[in-house]
Amino acid sequence: MKRHNIQLNEAGELHHFLDVEGLKRELLVNILDAAESFTSVKAQQVKKVPLLRGKAIVNLFFEPSTRTRNTFELAAKRLSADTLNVNISTSATSKGETLLDMLNNLEAMHCDMFVVRHAQSGAAHFIAQHVAPHISVINAGDGSHAHPTQAMLDMFTIRRHKGAFADLKVAIVGDILHSRVARSQIHALTTLGVTEVRVIGPKTLIPDDTASLGVHIYHDIWEGLRDVDVVIMLRLQKERMSGALLPSEHEYFKLYGLSPEKLAIAKPDAIVMHPGPINRGVEISSEVADGPQSVILEQVSNGIAVRMAVMSILMGQTFGKEKGASE
Amino acid sequence: MNHIETEQCLAQMASELKALIQQRGMQSPLMIGIHTGGVWVAEKLYEKLQLSDPLGSLDISFYRDDFTRIGLHPEVKPSNLPITVEDRHIILVDDVLHTGRTIRAALNEIFDYGRPASISLAVLVERDGRELPIEANVVGQHVELSANQHIKLEGPERLQLVVQEDE
Amino acid sequence: MKILIKGGRIIDPANKLDAQHDLFIDKGLIAAIGQAPDGFSADQVIDASGQIVIPGLIDLQARLREPGQEHKGTIESETRAAASGGITTLCCPPDTIPIIDTPAVAKLILERAKQTNRVHVLPIGALTTGLKGEHLSEMHTLHEAGCIAFSNSDAPISNTLVLRRAMEYAASHGLTLFMHANDKWLAQGGVAHEGPVGLRLGLAGIPESAETVEVARILALVEQTGARVHFGQLSTGRAVEMLQRARQRGLPVSADVAVHQLHLTEMDLLDYNSYCHVLPPLRSQRDRDALRSGLKDGTIIAICSDHQPHDVDAKQAPFADTEAGISAVETLLPLTLRLVDDGLLELSEAIAKLSHGPAKILGLNAGHLGLDGRADVCIFDPDTHWSLQEDNMQSQGKNSPFLAWDFKGQVTHTLRAGRLSYQKPESGR
Repeated sequence: MKRHNIQLNEAGELHHFLDVEGLKRELLVNILDAAESFTSVKAQQVKKVPLLRGKAIVNLFFEPSTRTRNTFELAAKRLSADTLNVNISTSATSKGETLLDMLNNLEAMHCDMFVVRHAQSGAAHFIAQHVAPHISVINAGDGSHAHPTQAMLDMFTIRRHKGAFADLKVAIVGDILHSRVARSQIHALTTLGVTEVRVIGPKTLIPDDTASLGVHIYHDIWEGLRDVDVVIMLRLQKERMSGALLPSEHEYFKLYGLSPEKLAIAKPDAIVMHPGPINRGVEISSEVADGPQSVILEQVSNGIAVRMAVMSILMGQTFGKEKGASE
Repeated sequence: MNHIETEQCLAQMASELKALIQQRGMQSPLMIGIHTGGVWVAEKLYEKLQLSDPLGSLDISFYRDDFTRIGLHPEVKPSNLPITVEDRHIILVDDVLHTGRTIRAALNEIFDYGRPASISLAVLVERDGRELPIEANVVGQHVELSANQHIKLEGPERLQLVVQEDE
Repeated sequence: MKILIKGGRIIDPANKLDAQHDLFIDKGLIAAIGQAPDGFSADQVIDASGQIVIPGLIDLQARLREPGQEHKGTIESETRAAASGGITTLCCPPDTIPIIDTPAVAKLILERAKQTNRVHVLPIGALTTGLKGEHLSEMHTLHEAGCIAFSNSDAPISNTLVLRRAMEYAASHGLTLFMHANDKWLAQGGVAHEGPVGLRLGLAGIPESAETVEVARILALVEQTGARVHFGQLSTGRAVEMLQRARQRGLPVSADVAVHQLHLTEMDLLDYNSYCHVLPPLRSQRDRDALRSGLKDGTIIAICSDHQPHDVDAKQAPFADTEAGISAVETLLPLTLRLVDDGLLELSEAIAKLSHGPAKILGLNAGHLGLDGRADVCIFDPDTHWSLQEDNMQSQGKNSPFLAWDFKGQVTHTLRAGRLSYQKPESGR
């Protein structure tokens, strides 16, 4: 039995953006192309376009994240949408008002889109399954599962620097096990057809099953970085270091932190990426983070264009609407 | 199908534009074409007028008033205005002036880039069917079409107009 | 009350019987099979032609939610559901609120079950006080109060010395222990099988080793203490292998499997279906196949429902925030019959896993249709096609991943101690 992809409407258009996995290459390329056109908006004196005028977008954040929320909010505002930020500490919903109660409440306010971040994997799917059919849901990070807009802005950044995906070797370094960013990046890279995706880290952060995602596992970074075109460093959560997953920050940096010496193993024109915020001296040295191969800040500004693209594509899906003639 | 050559029209438009520039005393006007046909027409006129500043282009997809009905155009291009429009005399160029909605969107977009000194409109073809109070300053040719007919520009090397009919 | 069950195909694995006979019930006991006893005149005749007559089912693990969680289910609602599924005896684990660690709670449950009078309810006593894994419970007293076996349910006994003492004490009094093999530390925070699917979905994993490490620890102590241990709801192929070896060496150990583990795998989690959130988790296809062959070769001698009814809210949340468990008493028989359709088991083998097998584990004179045995009987129509729907479920909990599944074979009558505890409404025979 083929499962219906909840992200697509009956015409195969993107209705929710929950996960990169299961989406066709063509859809991903559409997002990248649309994002390309939105990059010109920031050159305008009035940095907004009227595309989503009158639409209401709710940022539903069950997990604190100022950075991600800001870029979504800015993207929505540049599209002239009205935005509402709802920050809910998980403890408040754990008893009493359920998540569904809260959704019903927000729907009653006539919203058009939810941007959801939640500490539990599958939360955005759950919300998408339960919202009214006209509402689109964007997953802004669910547990360890997916962070599709982050992955797409990374793809956008890679394409801007490398052109085509076909011949690229990409290394992702760090905590794959707990990283929603890494999962979405891996699905995006394999869907867009790169030559090879490598993941680099100790077994405590990269279980053997990771190979089932279509990647090659390296425990030795000196081998893993050889001849790669793109190095993606993942953020190491502090709480992972205090636990039993890793002995110390010091040893992690020694083994897996990106230093100029290690970067020299990669291709000379390799770019260095990081979803931020950076732990300097833990996963990446300042020299590399601020160096000529780093595109970390560019990722941040690309994030807005990519999110504008995703929002417009979801809101502009035409299935079930009258196909009006256009001049 | 009925192909109409445009070379003569373009020459005539260039001379009319030259006159307009002089008459209005426009200092180094800035030409902007509207994607896709408008850019082709603008390229020809730009060459004939030998303007000093680079040619700009606009994709008005983000400013369309029918987004909620037809969605985002799949081949949307970035707008490219190489220099500021602030206090400049703008010559906006499009291929066909029909309902006027495209020009409305283009005007809105230009104003989001800054406040120009003036905007003039040049179109290769003007047809009936206006839905907004918008008229062109320079017109290549007037065409009368019935409601089921469309006129389309083919290019970009050799610009030809084609009249098509719905079944 | 004299009942005649007329013309059914009687399958009684314990007595190696599979034939069409009349069954005579008198004073709650099986009075005769085949020929009517002298002077028997039936007060009630049940026409069982075309139907199959089997011993009432014995379910080794079903939570009734009473006392303490009546919003999920009550002894009244859940024994009604169990009877409709052909169950005549069930064991309820000690994790009620309050916990079954005093005779008073055990007696309360027995009393309520007696009032509702549909199913023999056998409470399982807490192995340690409050299930805290620290102090031994008064096992002997609890046994006298009606506890059939002892278990720490899903709560860990981290201290191996406490576990050893509990097993020694149980062995001294010939008491059976029901163990749920789950290493607390390896399973910590996990909600799904640790494997490719859980990894893809970003669900924290429970590795196979969470089960095998605990099975190994318990087997080592069985060897030392001689305690009689039954492993409830095994989920991994490796644990089945370990158990098989232990049984070959003559250790007094046995195992059951939850029926959903024989039909579902980790793949069923792909839509974050919270109805598939169970503990131990749904594992790989390979594990499912190993559990099936363990069942076939006799390493696993019973199939249980692991019934856990829930209120609606308990399943309406992102996967990891939902509560684990399936409302399962009504699908125990049909899902077991599916194993026959799948060609895994003979019909009588399948029936044995639900009757004679669990009775042996509990040391009960039940699960068979022998003369003068208690007349616990289930009658089902093997050819009825039906589909599980929320509104035809008797259980208060509608949380089943088998909703909308099509089943073949449906219970028409259940008799407990010679008295009808369920009759399919429209059958009216």
